[in-house]
Order: sequence, then C-alpha cells, then structure tokens
Amino acid sequence: MTSPAVPALLLAVVAVGGLIHNPASAAPASYALPDETAAFRPGPGLDVVQNNCSGCHSADYINSQPRGPKFKKDFWQAEVTKMIKLYGAPIDQNDVGKIVDYLAATY
Amino acid sequence: MLDRREVIKRAGMAALATGFGSIKASALDTVTLPFDNGERPLVKYPQKRPMIGLTSRPPQLETPFSIFNDGAITPNNAFFVRYHLAGVPLDIDPDKFTLEVTGKVDRPLKLSLKEIRKLAAVELVAVNQCSGNSRGFSNPRVAGGQLGNGAMGNARWHGVPLKKVLDMAGVQPGARQVTFNGMDTPVMDTTPDFVKALDLDHARDGEVMLAYGMNGEELPYLNGFPLRLIVPGYYGTYWVKHLNEITVIDNVFDGFWMKTAYRIPDTPCGCVEPGTAPKATIPINHLTVRSFITSVSDGAKLKPGSTTLKGIAFDGGKGIKEVAVSIDGGKSWTPAKLGKDLGKYSFREWRLPVKLAAGAYELRVRATNNAGDTQPAEPLWNPAGYLRNVIETVRVTAA
Repeated sequence: MTSPAVPALLLAVVAVGGLIHNPASAAPASYALPDETAAFRPGPGLDVVQNNCSGCHSADYINSQPRGPKFKKDFWQAEVTKMIKLYGAPIDQNDVGKIVDYLAATY
Repeated sequence: MLDRREVIKRAGMAALATGFGSIKASALDTVTLPFDNGERPLVKYPQKRPMIGLTSRPPQLETPFSIFNDGAITPNNAFFVRYHLAGVPLDIDPDKFTLEVTGKVDRPLKLSLKEIRKLAAVELVAVNQCSGNSRGFSNPRVAGGQLGNGAMGNARWHGVPLKKVLDMAGVQPGARQVTFNGMDTPVMDTTPDFVKALDLDHARDGEVMLAYGMNGEELPYLNGFPLRLIVPGYYGTYWVKHLNEITVIDNVFDGFWMKTAYRIPDTPCGCVEPGTAPKATIPINHLTVRSFITSVSDGAKLKPGSTTLKGIAFDGGKGIKEVAVSIDGGKSWTPAKLGKDLGKYSFREWRLPVKLAAGAYELRVRATNNAGDTQPAEPLWNPAGYLRNVIETVRVTAA
C-alpha cells in the first residue's frame, strides 16, 4: 500500500523536473556579452566625453536620444546634471561645459 | 532536438570555449523604429535570436515586433532585456547562488537554489512590460531609452510565491515594506544600486513570485538567471533580476530607484499637460490597458478582399473584457473574438475577419478591461515617457 501522499509528491517532483532542467547541467554559469559597436562621434571635446561618460555606459545611450533644435544645450545640460546629481558621476566642474558643448554640437 | 538557432548558439559557445576571441556584437542588419533617430542595429547575443539593440552597456535589447504575432507567449530567446547598471553579473554558479531574506524577520534565511526549487512550485502567465516601453513615441520627445513597442513580453513563470518565503522567515509586527536587490552592481560607488520595494501586503499577496523557470526552461541569463521577482500586473522595473537579497523593513524605502526614479504624476491618468511638470508624483505601478494589431504592420499593402486581423491586448490584472477594431479610423468599432484566456495578467490574443475593398484604411484597436478601463484616443504624456497606451493606428492599403 502506498500512502496517498506519495503519488502526489512524486507527481510534483516529476512535474517540476520535467519542466525545469537541472541548473547545474543546462544553464551557462558564465555569460559573454558581445563587444560594443557604438562609438562617440568625432568632435571637439571627444576625449573629455570618453573619459567622463564611457566608464558607466556605452555611446549608444547618447546616440539614440532625440535630435533637433529642442535637444541642444539645455537638454544636454540637464542630462549631464542628472548624471552628476542623481547617478553620482564624478565629473570635474571644469569638464561639464566641455561635455555639454560637445553633445550639443555633435548630436 | 536541436533547432537551427540552438546550433548557432552552441557554435558560439564552442567558439568561446576554444578561444576564438571575443564574440563580436555582430550587427546583422538594422531596423528603423517609426520615430526620428530610430535606426537601431539588430544584434545577436548568446541565448537570444536577433534583437533590436538599444544600448550595449548596460545591455538593453528590444523584441522585434513581428514576434508578437506568433502567439500569446513570447519565446525566451526573443524576450526583451533591460539593465540599469553596467555591473552585470557574468559568472553565476547556480550551485553556490543564495537568496538572503533579512531585516524585520524572526528567522533570517539563506536559501540555495536547490532549497528554493524544493518548495511547492506555482506557475503564472504574466506580461512584463518595461515602464519606458514606447517612449520613442512620446510627443514632445523626452530623454531616456528611446524604445519602440518591443520592450514587453508575456511568459509562463515558474517558481514559488514570495509569501511562502516571507512566511518561512516570519515577518515581524511593524514591518511595512520589502526591498529587493539583485546581483547587478553600479560601476561607481556613488551610483545608487538598483533596489526596488513593495508594500508588505502586496509582497504577501500570494501572486508575487520568485521565479526560476520561464516558459518551461530556466530563466535566460539576461532575463535574470537564476532567480527573478515576478510582480504580476506591475511594470518591469519591479521584476528584479538575479535576485539575491530580500529585506523586510519597517519604513517606506527611500532609495533612489523608488523615491526619485520611476515616478509618475499623481493624477488620475498619470499624465500632465504635454511639456509641463507634475505637482506631485508616485511610484509607477500597474500596467495600463494596451492592445496592438500584430498581423499587419503600418504601411502594409494588402490584397483587396477578406483578411483576418489579429493581435494582442493586456492590462494590469483586471483582465481583458473586450477588444474592438475599427477599419475606418475610429468612426465605427466591431468587437473582435478573444483568444484563449491564459489568465488575467497575460496577453490575450484577439482576431477579427474583415473585408477590405480597394482603398486606404486606418485600422485601430481598442481594449477594455473588466474594470471598464480603456485606452485614450489621444496619447497621454508625462515627463518620463511612461504609461503609453494610446489607441494604436495601423495604416494599410488594399490594392
């Protein structure tokens, strides 16, 4: 005689085991992120931007932002301020203007 | 059985293992999302089919929209990816992985994946949609990830109710919220770590889940392997990936990603007059009602005659009551036939046969949920570009 609990338990184990593979065997324990392809556009101040921005994010964060007359100096000033004040970017005050000028002129 | 993609994936892994050099983010092609500056590379990542590449570090991958026409469940290898911090955990040993539950609990826990998998499992189909999905369509445009409509997906999640684990730990009287932290880390110590919070009652509702399975497989690496939070009906920001720290607190969490980021205007519509700032904000929460036509894309040319329009609808958990379709730009509406009900948090498929004589058509789709909430004819706006749920229009020509 099997106790009623046993088939239920077996069923549960089979259901889980059948659906989800054993982690040790199926999943990669490491993951290789592809290389970055996006690059900052050439322009005055490029080196300052690369030094200050690319530590935390790739250039496509900038490349993909809206363009046009409403997305020039004020827009980029607000973005750089956000990076410093909210995301803690350690940007030297002397570099802020150079970064904003590059972004406004290049994108 | 190996399919072609699996072979490609394995070939990629083999190349890695034998040191053929780093994988190139092989830009296979480009796609152009239908807004200015919408050109994006199609990129190939391990475990993923070609995806729309928004950013590479931290990675953000958008699902090509045509995939939503294939069924109500979004395949794991097509599911969108969104990270906030470039410190993506790239080496996770599932045998050593632990989930810690600490704070205002009687019995702090440190659970291995094996222990979590031994707990009674549940399954739930739910939509995960990025708060910023469709941000690229905001008018006026706003800063942030310029996404089309592909930062959403619907999956069958497999795991254990968060309530079960909280009960095991024994939540103490006076507890108010539960915070969730994953293994991803900021590059700079000064950048706030990505930590989210839910009210205790929400965390213990029995539906919020710790998931290790997705559509019958393990979580794909970039979708939070080996464990992620599932918050049915809530935007993806709460669905913390690589989840390894749960903390019960007796106050309202004031971390950056709750107090400052991911906020919506505290107005009934979550919107403000376009271009203006809200007076007060609250954390983003439930998904708004949305629906899409998936069987034809904007600008398509069809043969005149009968065709069946098809698509998906979803909401924040009341469930879809009705989907109506207009072929005359919103003048008249016809109810569509709803597909199989996979649960109130799921995509709901719909279809409607229509006859299109030669001519130009503005096809529209509008869903209504069981609470009577529906979609606006004009887009709502807020400064972060969240909650977009305007009635979608697809222009086609029959000729």
